Amino acid sequence: MTTRKPKESVSWRKSIKGRRAIGYILTFALLVPLGIAFVLPFIVMVSTALKPLNQVFAFPPRLIPETVQWENFADGWYGYGYVNFTTCTWNSLKITVNNIIGNLVSCTLAAYAFARLKARGKNFFFALVLATMLLPNEALVVPQYVLFNRFGWLDTHLPLMVPPWFGWPFFIFLLRQFFLTIPEELVDAAKIDGAGHARILLQIFIPLSKPALATLAIFAFIGNWNNFFGPLLYLRTPDVQTLPVCLVQYQGAYGNTDWHLMMAVATIAVIPVLLIFIFGQRYFVEGIATSGVKG
Amino acid sequence: MFRRLTRPISASAKREERIFYLFILPWLIGLVVFSAGPVLGMLGLSFTDWRISLDDLQFIGLDNYAKLFADPIFWTSVGNTLYIVVGRVVFGVSFALLLAVLLNQKVPGIAFFRAVYYLPTVTAGVAVALVWIWIFNPRLGILNYSLKQIGITGPPWIFSKDWVKPSLILMSMFSVGPIMIILLAGLQGVPKELYESAAIDGAGNWKKFTNVTLPMLSPVLFFVIIISVVSSFQNFTEIRVMTEGGPGESSNVMIWYLWENAFIFLQLGIAAAVAWIMFVVLMVLTGAQFWVGRRWVYYEADSG
Repeated sequence: MTTRKPKESVSWRKSIKGRRAIGYILTFALLVPLGIAFVLPFIVMVSTALKPLNQVFAFPPRLIPETVQWENFADGWYGYGYVNFTTCTWNSLKITVNNIIGNLVSCTLAAYAFARLKARGKNFFFALVLATMLLPNEALVVPQYVLFNRFGWLDTHLPLMVPPWFGWPFFIFLLRQFFLTIPEELVDAAKIDGAGHARILLQIFIPLSKPALATLAIFAFIGNWNNFFGPLLYLRTPDVQTLPVCLVQYQGAYGNTDWHLMMAVATIAVIPVLLIFIFGQRYFVEGIATSGVKG
Repeated sequence: MFRRLTRPISASAKREERIFYLFILPWLIGLVVFSAGPVLGMLGLSFTDWRISLDDLQFIGLDNYAKLFADPIFWTSVGNTLYIVVGRVVFGVSFALLLAVLLNQKVPGIAFFRAVYYLPTVTAGVAVALVWIWIFNPRLGILNYSLKQIGITGPPWIFSKDWVKPSLILMSMFSVGPIMIILLAGLQGVPKELYESAAIDGAGNWKKFTNVTLPMLSPVLFFVIIISVVSSFQNFTEIRVMTEGGPGESSNVMIWYLWENAFIFLQLGIAAAVAWIMFVVLMVLTGAQFWVGRRWVYYEADSG
């Protein structure tokens, strides 16, 4: 019997343990600086939000304010004559919540139909879903503007709040993919018990699809909360504005902006998105992975 | 008998079909009213002298397109859009791939880094665009200050004609979150056996990456490239908040050109022509995606 010991001359660098350690170090040497770069814009935002104006323009720039001026948040919120942040935030919230519900309801119905119902013409309509999935709304904005003008909807929230009740191809696609994974046997069992499609959808599909629905709700929240193009286009009077438009109105003439106050309000505007992202992170990542790998 | 000609359909199948159409009805109405209708309307309007009112439109044939193609600013906006598209595809996608490879390493705390890398994507919007104006400030901004610390005199970024487009590309690299995650999922889908057999053949890490990972990833890469091209056409927020197409026309991209013509110069007929061109380009891209990725897409969808 010869149990050979590993030769002493095999250097630590080449041993499995050593390789792994070097791999770790190299990986972290890239992961950490990149991570810092990714959060830097936020640090700049928050630190500017906490500075007095004269320190904002100080050189060299400091990430940690010398004196912290908490009142920037209140001053920013109330301090700008014609911009009413309370109204804007309320409008943003109202539109966002409405659009999440509208999207979930309309897309769940369509996704169930595409995933589980047999009908002539289904493939044709599903091809239409796929064809319009990547089409950004920006390309349709001119004629939509005319349409909403005809409806008399300009300067109201209707152009922003009505379309979400009529489906969104990307969400329909994602939900359909998820619905396809629900075992057929569950549906058959329910059918034997005499359940109709409405009941199957409500009592089997929706409870089993909570993660997928949460993903869509998060997507919808972020998309609508950050939406700038639509409100800028359809809304005129201050009373109906949403948060992103309010923020832009803060930009004074070039060079005259109260940067510390603007950053304070920008920080407040970003917080809801951050919270949603932190608490819904798991769903979020899974949802995007599904969209990519499965189509 | 007619019955022979039509496929026999049972009562329950008929009911199922009715329910199908009932369930897709909201989406179908939305498609007709908010997408298909507008697209066709847009095509029609692009042949008229439409300024503000829709009441006395004159049919002017291809005049809008002729005017558009004769406008040097239109071609500038096409060139700028292409510049940004290429920059975002080349730098954005390779950067996202680097991040995905990093996040695919088996090291502790990876979920934390994944969240951090995704963060700027979810907050992309007016608030963060405003911060970037400040970051890009040539004299007082953190970017040029950091560069100075390592002995580089930074450029004037968005405040110069030469640097504004690279600046926008650099900024967009912070929001590659979705394509990073899609690539990561793609990497995790590469069968382990392939790496094992490559290792038996004596392939090193780089060889494994070029000969196993990249070919296996190619459909995902293609999809990701299409997404980043499409999203390059949507970069309205940054342009509106940070540059308004300037300095000069150096960041005037197609979506900004459309916006200016439609809602500032009130040349709606011309804007409709631009929108129609953008629509055709985007549909061709979508078509290419499904044509190239069809086998892969349906395979996954059927098994999924």
